[in-house]
Amino acid sequence: MLQLDAEGLYAELRAGVRGLLQADAVLVGIWSGGAWLAERLHADLQRPGRPGVISSTLHRDDFGSRGLAGGADPTHLPFEIQGRHIVLIDDVLYTGRTIRAVINELYDFGRPASVKLAVLVDRGGRELPIEAAFAAARIVLPSTQKLSLARDEAGRLSFTVEELA
Amino acid sequence: MLARRNPQLNAHGELIHLLSIEGLPRAVVTQILDTASTFLSVNDREVKKVPLLRGKSVFNLFFENSTRTRTTFEIAAKRLSADVINLDIAKSSASKGESLLDTIANLSAMHADMFVVRHSESGAPYLIARHCAPHVHVVNAGDGRHAHPTQGLLDMYTIRHYKRDFTQLSVAVVGDIVHSRVARSDIHGLSILGVPDIRAVGPKTLVPGDLREMGVRVCHDMAEGIRGADVIIMLRLQNERMSGALLPSAGEFFKSYGLTPEKLALAKPDAIVMHPGPINRGVEIDSAVADGRQSVILPQVTFGIAVRMAVMSTIAGNQA
Repeated sequence: MLQLDAEGLYAELRAGVRGLLQADAVLVGIWSGGAWLAERLHADLQRPGRPGVISSTLHRDDFGSRGLAGGADPTHLPFEIQGRHIVLIDDVLYTGRTIRAVINELYDFGRPASVKLAVLVDRGGRELPIEAAFAAARIVLPSTQKLSLARDEAGRLSFTVEELA
Repeated sequence: MLARRNPQLNAHGELIHLLSIEGLPRAVVTQILDTASTFLSVNDREVKKVPLLRGKSVFNLFFENSTRTRTTFEIAAKRLSADVINLDIAKSSASKGESLLDTIANLSAMHADMFVVRHSESGAPYLIARHCAPHVHVVNAGDGRHAHPTQGLLDMYTIRHYKRDFTQLSVAVVGDIVHSRVARSDIHGLSILGVPDIRAVGPKTLVPGDLREMGVRVCHDMAEGIRGADVIIMLRLQNERMSGALLPSAGEFFKSYGLTPEKLALAKPDAIVMHPGPINRGVEIDSAVADGRQSVILPQVTFGIAVRMAVMSTIAGNQA
């Protein structure tokens, strides 16, 4: 079974994001794994203010079959989006559908100057023309496996791989 | 033998119609309230619209007039990007003798995805839910004396917004309870959410005694009914009740059960005052209370749109 060192990858993500961040750029983490990462990056990179949290729920393309499974997650953007450079953070980049939904969500708040994406793991399998500006790891996983990030009480990150039935 | 399934829920226990709060699992109610709080923040966006019901048609079927309720459903559906068709049924087909189910069959042939139904007959939305196509969802916007579940849910949302925890609350529902579908929906909602002290306050002619079986304390004395309450829900006294033998006069009613600043002082100092509207100033509520700092009557209206968005998007996302 595949072993991924989430903490080790986080250190690489931090270095990668540092390179992507312009002076006035803001971090926006995708609910929920990406939001944990953005929160930690925000502190480690000593960014001013608060990081944003964004949810794909209201723009998902599988609403018709999945509905609001588990309710609607909150988007909280404590800054203006209009004219802003945005760095989106997520844990796993897969089909690209979440990112498509999140970009639509972002546009409900204004027109950003630019949007970049940085992720911990790019697992391949894209179904849309979306790429990350930075990925701490690029791997190939079969579609029968689900890769998810977990955070324990001490804030330590770990990856789990699960076989889908 | 299996118990008969609640017609509002599918085999997975998910909400597919909203017909009544009665019998809903607490988790379903809580999820609607949580979803509503997400929708409330949609009002703060540059684009005050989300695409969840894009390409869906919502038909507002108001067999009984209610401009305000219809408008809030219309706004909610439009914020979800649905196409909204308002049918003033009271003035059209029904008056030409078409049966309810024929009306529904015709509208279904126009590719309706959701019916929002207000009807003077209790149970009309159930009848529609039972006979419409499996992909069509039904929301009860008030049926007879039976239920007004979205008003009940927005009242629960309002209480949670100001009081957070339901399990310590005393809630008084005051006025014409016997004719009120709002009171019935509120009482079911409060019970489901675990409110330990629910009081029904009003004259003997307007408060049914069998409420005691639902764990409700019946009070015919206003002072006793609102003393120490955290929440006071005033009901509208419908003018048409005045003509019967149920009440001597509006003035008499106000003297005994109208909410004045003096009576409100008997409740907890941080008690909130709610009313489903439209209010009758000087009949069930004094202007000083309706416009006072404890009144949350206008926030209820704002919350109502978010709650209706939550209801419509929840049921539209679940399959029969």
